[in-house]
Amino acid sequence: MATLKELATQPAGEKFVGGHTSCAGCGYPNIFRLALAAVKDPVVVVGATGCCEVNTSIFPYTSWKVPFLHNAFENSAATCSGVEAAYYSLLKSGKIQENNTRFIAFGGDGGTYDIGLQSLSGAMERGHDMLYICYDNGAYMNTGIQRSGATPRYANTTTAPVGKVKPGKMQKKKDLAKIMVGHNVPYVAQTIAGNAQDLVKKVEKAMSIRGPKFLVVLATCPLGWQTKTQDTVKLTRLAVDACFWPLYEVENGKYKLSYDPKDKKIPVADWLKLQGRFKHLFKPGNEQLLAEVQAEVDKDWADLKALCEFHSKQV
Amino acid sequence: MTVSTEIKQLVVAKTGNEAMAEAMRQINPDVVAAYPITPATEIAQIFSSFVSDGLVNTEMVTVESEHSAMSACVGSAAAGARAMTATAAQGLMLMAEILPIAAALRLPIVMPEVNRTISGPINIHCDHSDTMFCRDSGWIQIFSENTQEAYDNVLQAIRIAEHARVRLPALVTTDGFIISHAMETIKILPDEEASAFVGAYRANYSVLDNANPITVGSIDLQNYYFEHRLPMINALNEAKAVIKQVGREFGEKYGRAYDLLEKYKLEDAEVAIVCLGSTAGTTKDVVDTLRARGQKIGLLKIRVFRPFPVEDIAAALGGLKAVAVLDRSDALSGYGGPVFTEVCSALFNSAARPKVINYVYGLGGRDIDLHMLEAVFMRLLKIKDGGDLGQIVDYLGVRK
Repeated sequence: MATLKELATQPAGEKFVGGHTSCAGCGYPNIFRLALAAVKDPVVVVGATGCCEVNTSIFPYTSWKVPFLHNAFENSAATCSGVEAAYYSLLKSGKIQENNTRFIAFGGDGGTYDIGLQSLSGAMERGHDMLYICYDNGAYMNTGIQRSGATPRYANTTTAPVGKVKPGKMQKKKDLAKIMVGHNVPYVAQTIAGNAQDLVKKVEKAMSIRGPKFLVVLATCPLGWQTKTQDTVKLTRLAVDACFWPLYEVENGKYKLSYDPKDKKIPVADWLKLQGRFKHLFKPGNEQLLAEVQAEVDKDWADLKALCEFHSKQV
Repeated sequence: MTVSTEIKQLVVAKTGNEAMAEAMRQINPDVVAAYPITPATEIAQIFSSFVSDGLVNTEMVTVESEHSAMSACVGSAAAGARAMTATAAQGLMLMAEILPIAAALRLPIVMPEVNRTISGPINIHCDHSDTMFCRDSGWIQIFSENTQEAYDNVLQAIRIAEHARVRLPALVTTDGFIISHAMETIKILPDEEASAFVGAYRANYSVLDNANPITVGSIDLQNYYFEHRLPMINALNEAKAVIKQVGREFGEKYGRAYDLLEKYKLEDAEVAIVCLGSTAGTTKDVVDTLRARGQKIGLLKIRVFRPFPVEDIAAALGGLKAVAVLDRSDALSGYGGPVFTEVCSALFNSAARPKVINYVYGLGGRDIDLHMLEAVFMRLLKIKDGGDLGQIVDYLGVRK
């Protein structure tokens, strides 16, 4: 695996550059900067409508030093499958030269967990050579912090606001990685940009595989999470140490933990309390809600560990 | 029409869907992304067997929806590939979000589209409500009267859409079941001739060009959006001359010439019906019958609805006394069908203009027959002779 220094000093320069209009402390620029640095072959990127697409491609500027295509909100995977099909077709008929071009599609959690799920599911099932990266900041941040299928339970959002009778979003976050595992794709992984080595290693592994791959990356949104901009890296690391967002990968259906905090495991409250979207959980009388979240995290963590343990014993 | 062609064409029996699939085989697109929907299913289905039998080099993307079909076509076309799909009704509606994006990115995707009623209630038979719903999406819209035209139009659509002055997507319609599933004897070009006619596709840009990376589909705000819309609007206007030129060339080479409009016995006519698609064929029969009885009547068939041939329509109808526009859909605007209002608009600034009435007919696949069309002509003749204009918008062939 390439070191951070090696990634930062590539002769061809970086493929995702600054000058974009993302907020200070935004989580996704690091994800795409690192991910593209980890891709050695020529690559085409297809992005869904959302914060990242909007902030990085305001005409006449672009942050993308690789070919970049944006079509609409819910169809980056379908659009990318068209690009990939075109590449193989033009190659087959001798209209272009083989140069080992690879394909990355991305979307935020809205464009992936929700409105783009069908398009993603179809593309994964059809087996295109494509790495789909979901940057998951847990709400429709681009339109102003509306709840999504990725919003954690009891988070405060503008469409599931904390009110006199409701403590924010009432439902649990969808487990998208698990849904993707159900597509029998060769590689699925969960990571954070706060652990650059883990992200780079996973992108490198994904790109070593021909076929559909899926990566979901927790991304901080200081505006939506109501967090300090300087805490971006720390927040994703704490989410991992709280076991709210475990780092793991699923290769050919086999789950494997990438990191186990063991005795460094922190209470989920330590992560939640840094975020304004959860501040109501710390008011007197809401202890039960907090306990509920902790129990949910603990159960999911135990289930994931058991699954990894089970698969580790398989030959 | 003189058939001076030396190219030996094959005479075959084909349904509309088979003929369109056959044209696609000869075009041999780089990518086809499609999803089944009645009555267009067969087009992609037949084409799939061409792929499986190795008769084409096409990469077939069997998507999970029409929205993804059009999305994949956009991706393929942005990658410099010749991309096609086929659909109808609900499928076209599901694509609707992506249709204007394909046009704005100037991607010459060509799509056979079988006219079918849009829900609700759900109905699988022919009317033009689907195509009309998407009429302002920046796509060129070519209507076919029969199977022969369906085949010829698909080949021409490639040339028109990919023309350097156009670079816009195009759809070619047939009327659901009436053309799509009815077998007719048609002439098709030899493969090498069809291939030579459509020629090779050279894209203006490609996202596969890694040496010259470009960003496609930028967010385009108040300071640039308008300037980026204008070239597209101009290209649609330019398309009129290109459509005429391609139609003329097709005629010179293969004996079947095409234009934006087809004028049938209109030269000395006093009244006329204006319509699109298969109804034009039925109307020609009625024109012949009534002409034999000495009535000066004619037909104006609109072959290309987008771009709307304003000048040609004004010139063709300006000298007439009375015109009935037949619409196979209601615009739900409170003023009849979309063809009617646009024809009226085309005539409004003409020095001479006929009285214009509108009949909405054939919704949900309701048949239109010779007697109904004859009655329309009879009413027009009365109006011509100074009779009362009566109800401007009326409904034909419906129990009231």
